[in-house]
Amino acid sequence: MTTRRDALSLGADRAAAERAHRRGTPLVSPPAEAVAHVAPAAGVDLVDLVAEEAGLRMADAMAVPRRPRPAGRLEVVPDLPADDPQEEEGVENPDHLAELLVEAVEFVRRRLGGDYAVDEFGFDPELTERVLLRLLRPVYQRWFRVELRGADRIPSDRGALLVGNHSGTLAWDALMTQVAVHDSTGGRFLRLLGADLVFATPVVGDVARRMGATLAASSDAERLLSSGELVGVWPEGFKGIGKNYRDRYRLQRFGRGGFVSAAIRTRVPIVPVSIVGAEEIHPMLADVRPLARLTGAPYWPVTPTWPWLGPLGLVPLPSKWLIEFGEPVPTDQLDPSAAEDPMVVFEITDRVREVIQQTLYALLVQRRSVFLG
Amino acid sequence: MLVTGVSRYLGGKVATALAAHPTAPTVIGTDVVPPHAPVGGARFVRADIRSPAIARLLSEETVDTVVHMNVIATPRSVGGRVPMKEINVIGTMQLLAAMQKVPRVRRLVVKSTSGVYGAGPGDPAIFTEDTAAATPPRTGWAKDCLEVEGYVRGFTRRRPDVAVVLLRFASIVGPGLETPLSRAFALPLVPGLLGHDGRLQFVEEEDAVQAMVAATLGAAGGDGRGVGDGRGARVTGAVNVAGDGVLTTSQAAAMAGRPVLGLPEQLASSASRWLTRLGAAELTFEDLRLLGYGRVLDTTRCREEMGFVPTLTTREAFAAFVQAQRLRGLRPFVDLVAEEVGKAVVDTVGARR
Repeated sequence: MTTRRDALSLGADRAAAERAHRRGTPLVSPPAEAVAHVAPAAGVDLVDLVAEEAGLRMADAMAVPRRPRPAGRLEVVPDLPADDPQEEEGVENPDHLAELLVEAVEFVRRRLGGDYAVDEFGFDPELTERVLLRLLRPVYQRWFRVELRGADRIPSDRGALLVGNHSGTLAWDALMTQVAVHDSTGGRFLRLLGADLVFATPVVGDVARRMGATLAASSDAERLLSSGELVGVWPEGFKGIGKNYRDRYRLQRFGRGGFVSAAIRTRVPIVPVSIVGAEEIHPMLADVRPLARLTGAPYWPVTPTWPWLGPLGLVPLPSKWLIEFGEPVPTDQLDPSAAEDPMVVFEITDRVREVIQQTLYALLVQRRSVFLG
Repeated sequence: MLVTGVSRYLGGKVATALAAHPTAPTVIGTDVVPPHAPVGGARFVRADIRSPAIARLLSEETVDTVVHMNVIATPRSVGGRVPMKEINVIGTMQLLAAMQKVPRVRRLVVKSTSGVYGAGPGDPAIFTEDTAAATPPRTGWAKDCLEVEGYVRGFTRRRPDVAVVLLRFASIVGPGLETPLSRAFALPLVPGLLGHDGRLQFVEEEDAVQAMVAATLGAAGGDGRGVGDGRGARVTGAVNVAGDGVLTTSQAAAMAGRPVLGLPEQLASSASRWLTRLGAAELTFEDLRLLGYGRVLDTTRCREEMGFVPTLTTREAFAAFVQAQRLRGLRPFVDLVAEEVGKAVVDTVGARR
């Protein structure tokens, strides 16, 4: 342990010296006790982050490691004593900062110890609320500048099925709707239904479950709806999200209406969700079928930026988004046995689809520019 | 009544618990080898369920209830996969064939596993007893159980007068029980699937024993664990048994103080074979998929129709297992670092003011 501590304090000294050198200020030597425990050997310069963003962001940065890691990785902790006094000006309220830091350390400790709860679907409310939604919110507010309409139509205290149009090559629309629902209902979570391919994909499937998604199967959907959850479904599936740019805002076939049956059986209203803006984030110019077959993907897109710019091509274009929640379609006047009646199911499916399509056209007319809104 | 597989850990416990039940049934335990530990008030008769001797035993001893515990999960304990499969599948076939000719038999209770549902990305999050597996198990114990269940269903058709109960247990953990999964959590690195974090459920061994008792006699007895109220005696068909709640693989590994070693799924099959060959673990491909994709059981039937509620939740059962096995791993170190870092943060921020 002694040798390890020595190595660590050496590293911390070096990092501190580098920082001091960069800023052209005299080196303040760190208290030995703190150096022994606090350990960014390579100098993960979170101190600057604290100074710049004072507070909240810090908690995010600290909270990102969410899998148990070898203890060596715990070292993402700023060596506060080593920084120079100037930086204090950036921190307005040291008490607040201390609280946040302590809270963040406690959060990481609990996460590393497995001391948190997930539900039967793998939903991790704490991680979603404190980390994932916080990471998505800047994208929602600054990048896509999402404008909401009719958010008061989302039931505040009972189950409902939210049905939306799917587009954009990558499912940003699902993530943004989740932020919209959470922030406009006072913290309700939207439980998304995804294809099995989502859950077969490493990391993606895991994060999806942690955010509350589950398989688009009637048993899971009905279980969630009857326990009063808000469930989100994109019935177009891959046909919608992976369609060519020239077909933008043209709704694809709405599956087999399984979502309507689930709503009828559980007697919850269907809320149509129309999303404008997601079509332009990755305009798909072509679909390379052979590559899709080779990789097992449902489509292999070519966009103005992908694959030409490599990983940069994964950055969505900053289109201006409008999301409108439509008038809920009630299903509680129907007998639950109507779920087995194809005529009733098709009729409601068509009605929901028509509402979304008309709303999309109306929203498109209102939008003057794709990127400026 | 007859209990098979009493020389094995759970079988012995079930025989003991049945014999200790207030209704005081006569319990005969069988196995190919004599039990290591005494099986309480049960009488041991040495008989191999793979031989016709079992038929004689059934008719001579006036057996009306059979509790089939002899479905083995650990190949190493019986000398490999081949004898294991023989005991599990052929043994069950012989036992059922013998039972079919004994008119006095009224009830059959079989210990099965929720492994028969498989685990995969195409499965719903929660399995009821009627959920069809999207990817049925192809190897090991879970496949044996699937075949056993098939033969049991066949028996149900041929002998509709016999009440048959199949208990599908979530992963059983306990201080004295060794299963492929419990061994995996004692390894320095817990194997898993890369980028996947399965939802696991556990049931504590004593709860599992009492669930068997409740399904056999209708009420849990012994030390009063479990809330069996007599309805269990009327239940038939498959019943899921699991502790409430869910732990993910990474949570469970963290509780045992171990990091998860994520294996790419393409390598999972050969990795499971290598781990077994090296003697490090007995994980099948199916077990790895469970650790990766997870499986949660709907226990409504168990609670409402059988009237049995496990006393320990999934988390409590696993915590008890971790404590009993003294699995600490990196936990003390993680706690120490967290505590010291917290202190250092408070000190330094306080000092700067």
